[in-house]
Amino acid sequence: MSDPDEPLEIAHPEESGAMRIAIRTAAVLLAFTLAFTAFMSSAWYLTAPRVAASAQAEKLRLIGEVLAPTLYDNALLADAITLPPQTVLGLDEDTRLFRARKNGAPVALVLEATAPDGYSGQIGLLLAVAADGRLLAVRVTRHKETPGLGDYIDPKKDRNKARPWITQFSNLGFAQIPIDQWRVKKDGGHFDQRAGATISARAVTNATRQALAWTVARRDKLFALPNNARFTDSSEE
Amino acid sequence: MSAWKDIAHNGIWKQNTLLAQLLGLCPLLAVSTTLVNAVSLGLATILVMLLSNLAISALRSLIPYEIRIPVFVLIIAALVTVVDLAFNAYLHDLYLVLGIFIPLIVTNCIVLARVEAFAAKNGLLDSMLDGVAMGAGFLWVIGLIGGLREIIGQGTLFSGIEMIVPTAHALQILPADYPGFLVMILPPGAFFTLALLIAGRNWLEARANQRRLAQQRRDTAPLTA
Repeated sequence: MSDPDEPLEIAHPEESGAMRIAIRTAAVLLAFTLAFTAFMSSAWYLTAPRVAASAQAEKLRLIGEVLAPTLYDNALLADAITLPPQTVLGLDEDTRLFRARKNGAPVALVLEATAPDGYSGQIGLLLAVAADGRLLAVRVTRHKETPGLGDYIDPKKDRNKARPWITQFSNLGFAQIPIDQWRVKKDGGHFDQRAGATISARAVTNATRQALAWTVARRDKLFALPNNARFTDSSEE
Repeated sequence: MSAWKDIAHNGIWKQNTLLAQLLGLCPLLAVSTTLVNAVSLGLATILVMLLSNLAISALRSLIPYEIRIPVFVLIIAALVTVVDLAFNAYLHDLYLVLGIFIPLIVTNCIVLARVEAFAAKNGLLDSMLDGVAMGAGFLWVIGLIGGLREIIGQGTLFSGIEMIVPTAHALQILPADYPGFLVMILPPGAFFTLALLIAGRNWLEARANQRRLAQQRRDTAPLTA
């Protein structure tokens, strides 16, 4: 593909000439790098607020998927506490935990968790845990699993529309499925996985188990904390 | 203009990315599992190829020959990043569908190949047309492979279309109790399908060549030996 007719600008092959060409070439490369880095940074600055707003709107829509709006009567988004990073939940930055109540009585906790071990990196989860310890529902908020193979963990991509894979967790707690059975069938547990993409299912199942156990153990404290408080785990191992 | 016809013919058939140059196999393996996924990636590829060919054709007099490859890679990566950000910010619904495919375009060597082989040596309009034609060649082949793999692998067509057109549904092509054929969904299925298509293209080309030769012989026989 190289072009033999391209003029190689080495008219005077002396030391100084070669040096000058090297410096000029390096300067051009530097200029291109600076220009296109600036191009990317400005695109990032211009789009960042809108990207964040889209992500927030998407999160509100997702909360509706794990927790039916008829189940609670408080202002859900206002009744929240801040969770500092939790290793057990796979979270490495602050997140918000929302608390649903009806007539003042606790109904459910809505929180985020991350499965660190998906087939292509992290899988973000959103869970609603009922006050009686059952998992109301879990949804995948972000993932990079293989399209058409591992992405069935997201019900939008699941071919089984009548009963998407992720809904098999709905309304189950450790009273219904013992904690040591809260695994995919391939690992000797209760939950189905799809052939050819066990890793995605295993990552979601294990992260869901850990998040449910974490939440149930701290349920009363999570409901009792004042609004906008910062959760600190006194029983941190 | 016949030069433009040549560019289009090259991109779509004669030098087809997937069938003739065998470039862009990485996204082909990853994404051609369903028709909707494949066509989505194809459309995003056309957009990126149009932009990268345009940018490099415009800047070609500024780029020293010796460092053209790093500069090309820099420009393509920057363009893909900006397209990704712009989709996320301004076309968020479409981004939810196409979003995961856009970064994959960087892995497609056809983008760098066309920039190097064409846009670095040709004018703006020709380069843009070349980008679109090469992208269209990629689109129809990956779409065909996606459709074939989806029908044989899971018995449906257009699964996932509801993400783009909410009222549409996937078509069940094979009976609903079709057990599926996992190999077609896994990467080997893409290799098998692509191999069959390449064989088909070579067969068509060989037949056309034979016909042309026969025609030439008939035309030239009375004049020269």
